[in-house]
Amino acid sequence: MAKIRSIEELNQLAATYRKATDKVAKRILVCAGTGCVANGSLLVYDALKKAVEKSGVVVDLDFLLENEVQSNATQLDKSGCRGFCQLGPLVLVEPHDFMYVHVRPEDAEEIIQETIIGGRCVDRLTYTTPGSEKHFDREEDIPFYQKQHRQTLSNCGHMNPEDIREYIARDGYKGLARTLTEFKPEQTVEEVLASGLRGLGGAGFPAGRKWQAVRDAAGQTKYVVCNGDEGDPGAFMDRSIMEGDPHKVLEGMTIAGYAVGATEGYIYVRAEYPLAVERLSKAIQEAEEFGLLGENILGTDFSFQLHINQGAGAFVCGESSALVASIEGKRGMPVPRPPRLAQRGLFGCPTLLNNVETFANVPFIMRKGAKAFSCIGTPTSHGTKAFALTGNVKNTGLIEVPMGTTLREVIFDIGGGIKDDREFKAVQIGGPSGACLTKEHLDVTLDFDSLKRAGAMMGSGGLVVMDERTCMVEVARFFMDFTQRESCGKCIPCREGTSRMLEILERIVAGEGTEDDLNTLEEIAYMVHDMSLCGLGQTAGNPVLSTLKHFRDEYLAHVRDKRCPAGACRAMRHFEIDPETCRGCGRCARNCPVDAISGEIKQPFIIDPDKCIRCGACVEQCAFQAIREVN
Amino acid sequence: MANAELSCGRRFLSVNEILERHQHRPERLVAVLQEVQEVYRYLPEEVLQYVATGMGLSPAKVFGVATFYENFSLEPKGKFVIRCCDGTACHVHSSEAILTAIRERLGLAEGQTTTPDLMFTLETVACLGACALAPVVTINGEVYGEATPDEIVAIIDQLAGGKEHGEN
Repeated sequence: MAKIRSIEELNQLAATYRKATDKVAKRILVCAGTGCVANGSLLVYDALKKAVEKSGVVVDLDFLLENEVQSNATQLDKSGCRGFCQLGPLVLVEPHDFMYVHVRPEDAEEIIQETIIGGRCVDRLTYTTPGSEKHFDREEDIPFYQKQHRQTLSNCGHMNPEDIREYIARDGYKGLARTLTEFKPEQTVEEVLASGLRGLGGAGFPAGRKWQAVRDAAGQTKYVVCNGDEGDPGAFMDRSIMEGDPHKVLEGMTIAGYAVGATEGYIYVRAEYPLAVERLSKAIQEAEEFGLLGENILGTDFSFQLHINQGAGAFVCGESSALVASIEGKRGMPVPRPPRLAQRGLFGCPTLLNNVETFANVPFIMRKGAKAFSCIGTPTSHGTKAFALTGNVKNTGLIEVPMGTTLREVIFDIGGGIKDDREFKAVQIGGPSGACLTKEHLDVTLDFDSLKRAGAMMGSGGLVVMDERTCMVEVARFFMDFTQRESCGKCIPCREGTSRMLEILERIVAGEGTEDDLNTLEEIAYMVHDMSLCGLGQTAGNPVLSTLKHFRDEYLAHVRDKRCPAGACRAMRHFEIDPETCRGCGRCARNCPVDAISGEIKQPFIIDPDKCIRCGACVEQCAFQAIREVN
Repeated sequence: MANAELSCGRRFLSVNEILERHQHRPERLVAVLQEVQEVYRYLPEEVLQYVATGMGLSPAKVFGVATFYENFSLEPKGKFVIRCCDGTACHVHSSEAILTAIRERLGLAEGQTTTPDLMFTLETVACLGACALAPVVTINGEVYGEATPDEIVAIIDQLAGGKEHGEN
């Protein structure tokens, strides 16, 4: 491949690729995101390939660029994540846009016969809303997608992420080309500033101001760093973008490099995302071959190199100064600020650090202009935000909505409501640094400022929905366990504070807490917030404080009555054998691991609560449902 | 135990190769240790000493980095590394029951992560980013979504029995 030397050449190439793709009438896209691969989508891909070959030919872009095709040609591609991972493997058939869910290799034959040859939809493979028989043939009709606005994720699931030509055909690198030809570096910063783009990694700091600070900083060598250390449990937006549309991240970073005056950049990806690393590496290599990265990009004198750094498992490395230390090959421990990274960052040089999603928004802004970006969203939070919607909700997956969408719309319209039609209890937003929002917050809009007013934060975008069976004290314990393990140990308030809070929460969950504990918890949480060195510690108490605020009753039930209202805390479970229903078969007694059940055959058995370890084995074993859990 | 292995010159050769590839640059330490761990499946003490000398760093600095990051192990790991996700989404989908079942099946005591025969290592991980498939377990990188205790135990039985599944 000869390097692309100008914007005209890029446009020409895009037109060529589009024309080639248009030659073929039918295209099948098999999702190859982490979720669908785990569900066996690669086997589905192979089966589809075989099935097409029986009656026609499988073609790819290489073939289409060189040859004319027959009417029996079908293009078969692997795509990035479509977001509806729970229904995987997902298969999309163009031009009908039929979306098939839970596809098995055995279904391949029917898809080819019916849809590819017959042009009809295979109803049994389409999405049906849980609880009703309504079929949705096309992706855009499915309620899960209807309220979404997929802008950053526009390419995810619609193209092969391992082929730069498909990205170019979809207007890829046009934002970069336009920047390099029509904008001076300072104008690029102004454009990003005017777009109102804010840091989507959680804090919401205006991206343009950060860019400006790095641009203004003194120094010859500057760096651009992308934070792909998506460590929040329950978040996978950045993973999906890196896997499904890696070039968008590269393009955004290259534009940033031009704007701030950097010639080198690093992408820091957490070790748990091997597929993202693989796709990004391939993307960097391809972009270099095409002259869109490396020396003299698009024939200009601007050069930009990109490297990938793989994390090694430390949540604190999501903190900016710790991340920089980790790239430098050191222990990932935060340092006091100022100086900010914009003044002294990687290898002591001014450094621009944004997260994956932030960079992925930049190509759109530079291609379509700041106005096209800022007209979406709320007056203070422009654009869209991707969320990972998980937990006890009917539809889980990756979603993208305009800023300002309400929690209710996300949970009940997109998410389809609570699983098994249980009661909605809370939604955890922002991971271990975030907070729980409750029923009364359902009409809070998802944007930086409203969330802050509601006592929560955007965080990176994890939304974990919880139903009535989730114990909020246990949730607080869960997050504290996480933060305590991930505390780097450098500053005492965080190291000791999180340990003490965890101890107290463990005590409460074990049924040994006191009312005094609640006050101590609150006191420590505020202390850790005020005195910790970095964001990890400063926000460590948030899950405790927000659950204490909204679910104090539940804490009180644990410490006063030694009762878990959600019935989730094992230490407070209590089992009883109903003497009326018990037939005296003795099966429960035989299966009790601690011999806590006794009785005579054909007489009702009884459980000794002092011996019982509350494992619930007896409940499972009883053939007559005579053993109940009482709260 | 590892001494016999280490005295074998070929093993150190691969460490040399890794150091060469990273030009002995101190800022590549994390990447070097990752690659060393690929070779040995853990970070033997002698090798860490060797890496320190090779990179012109103090052994304390190298040990500091090796012990800071969770992915590095100073103990030999099993042939099969089972990673049980305990992220928020998996946690609310009862990942703990799976963890308990695996522990029981492997006979691991509290605090013990690897079976004495070095066949299995059990780790928990904060989030694998496959939350829509919760609960998730990976075995040597292979992802098992919507896992149940019985299913995972059955896979372990299979791995423990059939050696043909062992190579990857």
